[in-house]
Amino acid sequence: MAVAIRVIPCLDVDAGRVVKGVNFEGLRDAGDPVELAKRYNAAGADEITFLDVTASSAKRETTYDVVAHTAEEIFIPLTVGGGVRAAEDVDRLLRAGADKASINTAAVDRPEVINEITQRFGSQVLVLSLDARRTTNPDVESGFEVTTHGGRTGTGRCAVAWAREAAERGVGEILLNSIDADGTKDGFDLEMIRAVRAAVTVPLIASGGAGAPEHFPPAIAAGADAVLAASIFHFGPDDMIKQVKDAIREAGFPVR
Amino acid sequence: MAAKTVTVLDYGSGNVRSAVRALEAAGAEVKLSAKPEDILECDGLFVPGVGAFAAVMQALKDVGAIRWIGRRIAGGRPVLGVCVGHQVFFDEGVEHGIRTPGLAEWPGTVELLKAPVVPHMGWNTVTPPAGSKLFAGIEDERFYFVHSYAVQEWNFDVAQPKMVPPQVTWAEHGVPFIAGIENGPLCALQFHPEKSGEAGAKLLRNWLGTL
Repeated sequence: MAVAIRVIPCLDVDAGRVVKGVNFEGLRDAGDPVELAKRYNAAGADEITFLDVTASSAKRETTYDVVAHTAEEIFIPLTVGGGVRAAEDVDRLLRAGADKASINTAAVDRPEVINEITQRFGSQVLVLSLDARRTTNPDVESGFEVTTHGGRTGTGRCAVAWAREAAERGVGEILLNSIDADGTKDGFDLEMIRAVRAAVTVPLIASGGAGAPEHFPPAIAAGADAVLAASIFHFGPDDMIKQVKDAIREAGFPVR
Repeated sequence: MAAKTVTVLDYGSGNVRSAVRALEAAGAEVKLSAKPEDILECDGLFVPGVGAFAAVMQALKDVGAIRWIGRRIAGGRPVLGVCVGHQVFFDEGVEHGIRTPGLAEWPGTVELLKAPVVPHMGWNTVTPPAGSKLFAGIEDERFYFVHSYAVQEWNFDVAQPKMVPPQVTWAEHGVPFIAGIENGPLCALQFHPEKSGEAGAKLLRNWLGTL
């Protein structure tokens, strides 16, 4: 037997509330991240990811409360991203009850922060969140460019080279999100997954483009160890996690 | 029956809140502490651990916990180590070529997993031995692992017939490695029962039931 392919629902949290909406029948309060995390836990999620999209750092305090309340209620791994800029931010999240933190723009701005965080807390606590898009810029060797600020800002840097560098600096996982595929519901960018898979030996989480259960097995065949998605779980039928796992199992990959 | 008392050893190791809450949910009365009396007086001591082997050993020394852990074991009082808190009970850890002595309750070296994808992160199956108390009723469940290092060779000397040898649970990621040991009062697990959902909760209840 082998380690199971992880299925990870992602919740966008703004000032302590889930945003972008979530459509669950019979849920008392669809905007409460703790209730939703419990719901996904009960539905068979292998991990939960919160992406803190809070714009002002003053309101970020509520994120720590949300993390603490979630850690009281569910006993599966919780990753929190958004606003992580330094080892101190990771320390606060871990103390609140998060198991891992994800880092994006701050690591692009200052890659050494990866070494600082992982030397202090170990590789397993840090996920590199890598938002990449296709480009025709000839300077970007792989054809996949690193973006920051939620995909709005191009960096002119090669996503494959950055994934390799981040893994060498110590990140324990890479969350690869295709900006082009994100929101299309047409399936994952398999070429991008293959390109990054070939460059790193840390676990790879594929994200962006999932619109149906049958979109997941090809991402795993392309090299993903885990799959992350948002809207397919928030707006699909209540048993969507099970449907996705059934599709993965039928394709011959292990699931929990 | 009164709730079992458990001390979660507090020595600055990562996310201990989950361990406290999971043990409470399993029915224990939990203290987070590194005071000698709390380490010694509880029904069960839970030793968490994340990060580097050498850093965890240093932190255990810094809070003065090593002597008290040893005294519990010598007195037959239960201890459960988890993740790096499991690894430190072996002879030594090797990270980036540097050897750090462990607590040496068991033979073995904690080394980088020889697997294509490391860290080993996620839910995996285990193979407990017949008669395992910790895994009773959950032999076929998956548990949550997150680690890059593990003990991959077990050379326990069973020449002393009056000693009951430890019960070893194996798992596999690229290579077989030790996922758990049950050895009288001292038990240790490479995975995180406090993060392993229902299966982990059952395991913690099994452990509390032995206290």
